[in-house]
Amino acid sequence: MTLEITTARPESALLDLPWSTPLEEWPESYLAALPRGISRHVVRFVKLGPRVLAVKEIKDDIADREYAMLRNLRRLDVPSVEPFGVVHGRTTADGEPLDACLITRHLQFSLPYRALYSQNLRPDTAVRLMDALALLLVRLHLEGFWWGDVSLSNTLFRRDAGSFAAYLVDAETGELHARLSDGQREHDLDIAQVNIAGELMDLDAGGFLEEAADPFEVAASIIERYHTLWDALTGTERFEVGDRWRVDERIRRLNELGFDVDELSITTDIGGTEIVITPKVVDAGHHSRRLLRLTGLDVGENQARRLLNDLDAYAAATDRQGEDEEIVAHDWLSRCYEPVVRAVPRDLKTRLEPAEIFHEVLEHRWYMSEKAGHDTPIEDALQDYLATVLPAKPEEKAVLGVDTEEMPVISRFD
Amino acid sequence: MATVTFDNATRQYPGNPVPSVDKLNIDIADGEFLVLVGPSGCGKSTSLRMLAGLEEVNGGRILIGDRDVTNLSPKDRDVAMVFQNYALYPHMSVADNMGFALKIAGVDKSEIRKRVEEAAKILDLTPYLDRKPKALSGGQRQRVAMGRAIVRSPQVFLMDEPLSNLDAKLRVQTRTQIASLQRRLGVTTVYVTHDQVEAMTMGDRVAVLKDGILQQCDSPRRMYDHPANVFVAGFIGSPAMNLMNVPVTDGGVDLHGHTVPISREDLGGVGKDVTLGVRPEDLELSSDQSGIPVTVDVVEELGADAYIYGSTEQKLLEATGENAGAVPFIARVDGRRPPEKGEKIYLKPKTGHVHVFNSESGLRVGD
Ligand SMILES: Nc1ncnc2c1ncn2[C@@H]1O[C@H](COP(=O)(O)OP(=O)(O)OP(=O)(O)O)[C@@H](O)[C@H]1O
Ligand SMILES: Nc1ncnc2c1ncn2[C@@H]1O[C@H](COP(=O)(O)OP(=O)(O)OP(=O)(O)O)[C@@H](O)[C@H]1O
Ligand SMILES: [Mg+2]
Ligand SMILES: [Mg+2]
Repeated sequence: MTLEITTARPESALLDLPWSTPLEEWPESYLAALPRGISRHVVRFVKLGPRVLAVKEIKDDIADREYAMLRNLRRLDVPSVEPFGVVHGRTTADGEPLDACLITRHLQFSLPYRALYSQNLRPDTAVRLMDALALLLVRLHLEGFWWGDVSLSNTLFRRDAGSFAAYLVDAETGELHARLSDGQREHDLDIAQVNIAGELMDLDAGGFLEEAADPFEVAASIIERYHTLWDALTGTERFEVGDRWRVDERIRRLNELGFDVDELSITTDIGGTEIVITPKVVDAGHHSRRLLRLTGLDVGENQARRLLNDLDAYAAATDRQGEDEEIVAHDWLSRCYEPVVRAVPRDLKTRLEPAEIFHEVLEHRWYMSEKAGHDTPIEDALQDYLATVLPAKPEEKAVLGVDTEEMPVISRFD
Repeated sequence: MATVTFDNATRQYPGNPVPSVDKLNIDIADGEFLVLVGPSGCGKSTSLRMLAGLEEVNGGRILIGDRDVTNLSPKDRDVAMVFQNYALYPHMSVADNMGFALKIAGVDKSEIRKRVEEAAKILDLTPYLDRKPKALSGGQRQRVAMGRAIVRSPQVFLMDEPLSNLDAKLRVQTRTQIASLQRRLGVTTVYVTHDQVEAMTMGDRVAVLKDGILQQCDSPRRMYDHPANVFVAGFIGSPAMNLMNVPVTDGGVDLHGHTVPISREDLGGVGKDVTLGVRPEDLELSSDQSGIPVTVDVVEELGADAYIYGSTEQKLLEATGENAGAVPFIARVDGRRPPEKGEKIYLKPKTGHVHVFNSESGLRVGD
């Protein structure tokens, strides 16, 4: 059989990887030692030129299906890992057939939950992870995607200005529908609850769950978080014709949650005394889109929220609130944001994403100001942060050296 | 323990012109293993999902026991989807891996332990309960995962193509294991597959669907011997039944001088033609040049038997669906003296082993 590589970015270096060797036996020299979640398949990270790829050995038809599904998810603009290619027709030197490989790009600055739990954690980490996962699940469901295996292992987390942003990593069991039924959504939540409880219990059994967090309470909390968000995004509201301000109020609330309203249905009842509104199409990324438009910065939703706040503060402080937003934003970028990011020494740049560093410097300034009892200039905060805080942080562009677990796919009875 | 009833259950997806499952009626007995089978897109997954509560039911009802569950959420139905995800947690004991989900349901500790021990006994895992999953073999780990579904002691197990990731050899092995486990547990089970061999070997009864409509629901034996229509006749059995249109004569149909008798009563309702079906193993070589003339194209020798694939002047029904197109005539012959490639032979159906169908409606004629 001949090796067959399907990829949107043909790259000849792919051909140099040892495809005729089972993934489990690939020589160290090809690999990057990055942490992974629990998985049944063999997954390895591979260095290929400037990038790191994740390679998963998996049955041929499932590889194709997952590759296609990940492409669809990217097209729908939901946060997920980026598919890179599929390799079929692998055989060993003796001609024994090997399973296909699904290749995705390693998500930079992503933290598998196990890596997170091996660091010192703020006490509310579990809660913030649940918030991120609930938001991801709502976004997937809004697009008609039924996940089928919602879990912490199948999600990657990125720091996002004090909270986390969640990305889907494992689409193997997923299905894309025009619309999900309530039962399908409930089923995903049910799966999420069981999986998360299991994963947290496992951390607990391994002595990693330092906080007083109860695995069952945390796991159950995703359901409530999900429903609150889902209702806010899709719920129907009725009010008197006179209370028309409530239409704007609803849109403002959705913006606050990070969503733009692309389509809102507004109807009045027959008597014309009552207005009924239902958001029909909502689109996540309200703040990050606005920041991208103003500054060209592509960052997480909460980071964007944070940066926009700082931009507003800058406009107020320089008394330029009435001016053209884009011009003010341009000045803010070159006078506030870029100096901070540029000041980070080269060897510390891989600790955190630039926007996250900016966020932390702002936090640090607040903290220093509070301690001092007066405002601290950003320059001072920056110097102190670079000297005392950042060097103590672990490398996160590609987290190294954390024990990883694997449970092979089981396909037979003894 | 529970029966399951599909009562005119109908599902029409928004935007689809026709229902994907149309007025499905099946009564599944307590403890029965029912397999839903049919070609891709026939509606088997949709049927299962309606039962699981994952798909809205647009018409009719679904009952589990005496309970109308049509509008209940999946959680409240007491059904378990088996094999969907079976992550095992490395730091937890086998017992905890099996039982932890019960804690979510609020089951108390001693009851959890009791159920885990019972399940372990059935699955031969008792000696391993306090070990970590790493210490288990692959097969044992798979059984731990099954244990997770078993300890929930649901009223109904649901499985949708659970073997689809396995290669052919393992499928056969695992099939038998699931079937025997189900029989030991006695839990009503609905199983979906597109593979009729799998359906016929596993099910107490098999329900064949096509285009969202139930074609027949019977035991494998009955299904094989008495297919209710031409579709089922062609779908069930491998290699497939030979199906041909033949003109009706006095007292039956004529196959080149060999008359297959059909009762007057049965011939009453049919037109000028009937569709005649004969399974490959129900044919014998005729010594007098009567019967179906077949020119042998391929001989496949399988030890005691041989299959011949040939062409004939008879009007064979074309296959539809995935393998659409012309089909060869297939017969099983004695493997010690198979005819040669290119040879012309005459084949007669063994007495009593023909299936007659109305060539217009496709429905079975007579018994
Ligand atoms: N593109 C990627 N970037 C970063 N990490 C990745 C990527 N792809 C996979 N991983 C890591 O590898 C782990 C296993 O991948 P994945 O969940 O796809 O495997 P799996 O065997 O299908 O899992 P499961 O047992 O849930 O079916 C993930 O938990 C994640 O930590
Ligand atoms: N969410 C959906 N929206 C619209 N049509 C659907 C949806 N799900 C299934 N269908 C359609 O309903 C019909 C039955 O689908 P179903 O998945 O039940 O078939 P199946 O017998 O399980 O097929 P397969 O063996 O391919 O899984 C098909 O025509 C399919 O295209
Ligand atoms: Mg996974
Ligand atoms: Mg997977």
